[in-house]
Amino acid sequence: MATLEIKNLHVSIAIADGLKPILRGVDLTVRSGETHAIMGPNGSGKSTLAYTIAGHPRYEVTEGEILLDGENVLEMSVDERARAGMFLAMQYPVEVPGVTVSNFLRTAKTAIDGKAPALRTWTGEVRTAMDALRMDPEFATRNVNEGFSGGEKKRHEILQMELLRPQIAVLDETDSGLDVDALRIVSEGVNRLKGNSEVGVLLITHYTRILQYIKPDFVHVFVAGRIAEQGGPELADRLEAEGYDRFLASAV
Amino acid sequence: MTTDLTTDHTRATADGAHTHGAPGVGVVPEASRASRFASFDLAEFPAVTGAEEEWRFSPVDRLQHLISGAATGAVSVDVTPAQGVTVTVTDRDGASTPGVAGVPNDQLAATAWIAAAQRTQVTVGAEVETDAETTVVVRGEAGAPAASAHLLLTAEHHSKALVVIDHVGGGELAQTVEIDVHDGAHLTVVSIQDWDRGAVHGSSHRARLGRDATLKHIVVSLGGDVVRVTVDGEFTQPGSSLESLGLYYADAGQHLEHRLFVDHAVPRCTSRVTYKGALQGESARSVWIGDVLIRKAAEGTDTYELNRNLVLTPGARADSVPNLEIETGEIEGAGHASATGRFDDEQLFYLKARGIPEDVARRLVVRGFFAELIQQIGVPAVEDRLQTAIEAELELTGL
Ligand SMILES: Nc1ncnc2c1ncn2[C@@H]1O[C@H](COP(=O)(O)OP(=O)(O)OP(=O)(O)O)[C@@H](O)[C@H]1O
Ligand SMILES: [Mg+2]
Repeated sequence: MATLEIKNLHVSIAIADGLKPILRGVDLTVRSGETHAIMGPNGSGKSTLAYTIAGHPRYEVTEGEILLDGENVLEMSVDERARAGMFLAMQYPVEVPGVTVSNFLRTAKTAIDGKAPALRTWTGEVRTAMDALRMDPEFATRNVNEGFSGGEKKRHEILQMELLRPQIAVLDETDSGLDVDALRIVSEGVNRLKGNSEVGVLLITHYTRILQYIKPDFVHVFVAGRIAEQGGPELADRLEAEGYDRFLASAV
Repeated sequence: MTTDLTTDHTRATADGAHTHGAPGVGVVPEASRASRFASFDLAEFPAVTGAEEEWRFSPVDRLQHLISGAATGAVSVDVTPAQGVTVTVTDRDGASTPGVAGVPNDQLAATAWIAAAQRTQVTVGAEVETDAETTVVVRGEAGAPAASAHLLLTAEHHSKALVVIDHVGGGELAQTVEIDVHDGAHLTVVSIQDWDRGAVHGSSHRARLGRDATLKHIVVSLGGDVVRVTVDGEFTQPGSSLESLGLYYADAGQHLEHRLFVDHAVPRCTSRVTYKGALQGESARSVWIGDVLIRKAAEGTDTYELNRNLVLTPGARADSVPNLEIETGEIEGAGHASATGRFDDEQLFYLKARGIPEDVARRLVVRGFFAELIQQIGVPAVEDRLQTAIEAELELTGL
C-alpha cells in the first residue's frame, strides 16, 4: 500500500524576469488502487504538477509538500523518486540517441530493482509486454524514442510502466495523439497493471474518451493552478458537455 | 542528373564553443582550398606565424620541432603483416623522394617529408583478400629527439585488406602516411593515437583513390598532449568512394585537432565524413575542420560531412568548421552538419525519471553518442578496443 499526498503545493518556474507562479495550492491524495483523473484547460498547470512530482529541475516548489508514505519526496532526487515507486508517463517523451530501447529498459529495471533482472525471464517479459502493446519486436533495437511516431512514443511509455511496476503512476496526456485502436491498446496496458498490482494512477487528460476504458474513481477539475472541483466519474461527463467556462469565470 | 544541394544547419546548436564557416577576426581568409600552397620542400614554405588558416587553431609553439624541419630523429616502426601483405623499408632522399599520394600542404607535412630517413612500405598484393589485420606499431620515446616517419600503404588492384596503425609511447613525431588505393581495391586504414601524456604528434595522411576504389579511413585520437592529424583524400578516377570516420576524446590539457580535405576532381565519386568527439576537463580542446571541394569536372559527386562534439564539463572547448566549395551544379548531393552540445538536461531527466542514477545516465548518453559511429567501423577488434577506451575515459572523470 502506498499513499501519495500533495499538500498546498505552490510551484513557480524561473523566467527571464524572476519566478512565475504556476501552481497555487494543490491538495490531492492518491492511494494504491485508486485512479484519479485530472482534467483542465490548456496551460492550467497539469504538466507542471506531473513534472514537479517527478522532480524536473525547471520547477521550483515555493510552498507545500509532497509525501510518499510520509517520506518527503521533495528532498529526493529524480532517480530516487522513481526508485521509491513513482512513475511519470510523459506528455512529450524525450529522444535519447544511441541508447537502444532494450538497453534502456534493462538499465532502468536494474536501477529500480537494485539488481539486474534474470536474463532468461526478462527477455520474455519484455517481449510479452511489447506484444500486448502491439509493438514490433524491432523497437527493442531502436534508439529510445528516436523517430518514434507520437503514438509509438506513448506505447513505449506504457511499456516502461508495465515493466517497472510503479506504486504510483502519473500519466500526462498519454491519450493525446492516439487513434482509436491505439487508445484501446494503451488503456488495456494501464488496466493490466491495475489488475495485477496495486498501482495508484493519476491520469491527466483532456478527453472523456480514455475514461471509458480506464474507469476513474475520482475526477478533479484543474483550473489556474489548483483543483477547482472534484467529484466522481459523472463529473467528467459534465465537463464534456459543459466545458470549463463555469470554472474559468470563477477562477479570475 | 539532379542538383540537390543540402546544407543541414538545423541541428547545429548555438553554443559559445562552436564556430561555423567564416574565419574569425584578424585571420586572412582563403579564397579556395584549391589554391592552397603545396610543395615537397619545406624551404619553399614561409615560416609559420600562427595566423594562417591552417594554423590558427593549433598550439604552434608546442609543434615547433615538427614544423621547422628539426624533427630528424627516428621512431620504431614494427609491422606484422597479414598473409599476402609485404613490407619493405627503404632509405629516403629528403625533399627529392618521389611522392605517391598528394603533396605536403603545410609546414608539418613538409617537415615530415624532408626529415624522415626511411620509408616503410606496406603492400597488399593484387587480388589478395584478407580479413586479418596488418598491424603497424609506431613507438616513440619520451625525451628522445623529435622524429619523423614515413609510411606508404599500397593496396594493389582488387585487393581487400585492413591496416591498423597504433601510435604508442611518447616523444614528438612528424609523420607522413601515404595511402594508395588502386583500381577496384578495398582498403580499411585505422590510425589510433594512443600516446602517453606528453606526446606531440602531427601527421599528414594523404590518400589517393583509383577507379572504383574504396577507402575506409578511421582516425581515433585518445592520448598525447597535442595531436594534429590532417587527412587529404584525392579521387583520381570515377566511381570511387571514401568513408572517413573519426573519434576523439579530449581530456584536461589535451589538444586534438583533425583537418579533413576531400578533393572531388573527377566525376561520380562518393565521400562520407563523420567525426565525433567528447571533451572533458579544464582546457580540453578539439578542432575539426572539414573542407570539401567539388571541382568543375566532378559531376555526379555525392558528399556529406558531419562533426558532432559533446562537451562534458565546463572549461573545455570544441571548434568545428565545415566548409563546402561547389564548382558544379551537376551533383548528386552535398551537405554538411556540425554541432557542439553539452549534456542534454532533458535526456538526463528522462533517464533519471526511470530510476537510473545520474552517473549511469551520463555514461549511457556518452556511450550512445559514440555508439553509431563505432558500429560503422565494421571491424570487431577495433570496435571492442574503442568501447574499452571509452569506458576508461569515462572512469577518468568519475563519470
Ligand atoms: N518557460 C516558460 N515560460 C513562461 N511560461 C511557461 C514556461 N513554461 C511553462 N509556462 C506556463 O506554465 C503554464 C502551465 O503549463 P503546463 O504545461 O503545466 O500546462 P498544462 O495544463 O499541462 O497544459 P496542456 O493542457 O496544454 O498540456 C502555462 O501557462 C505555460 O505557458
Ligand atoms: Mg500538459
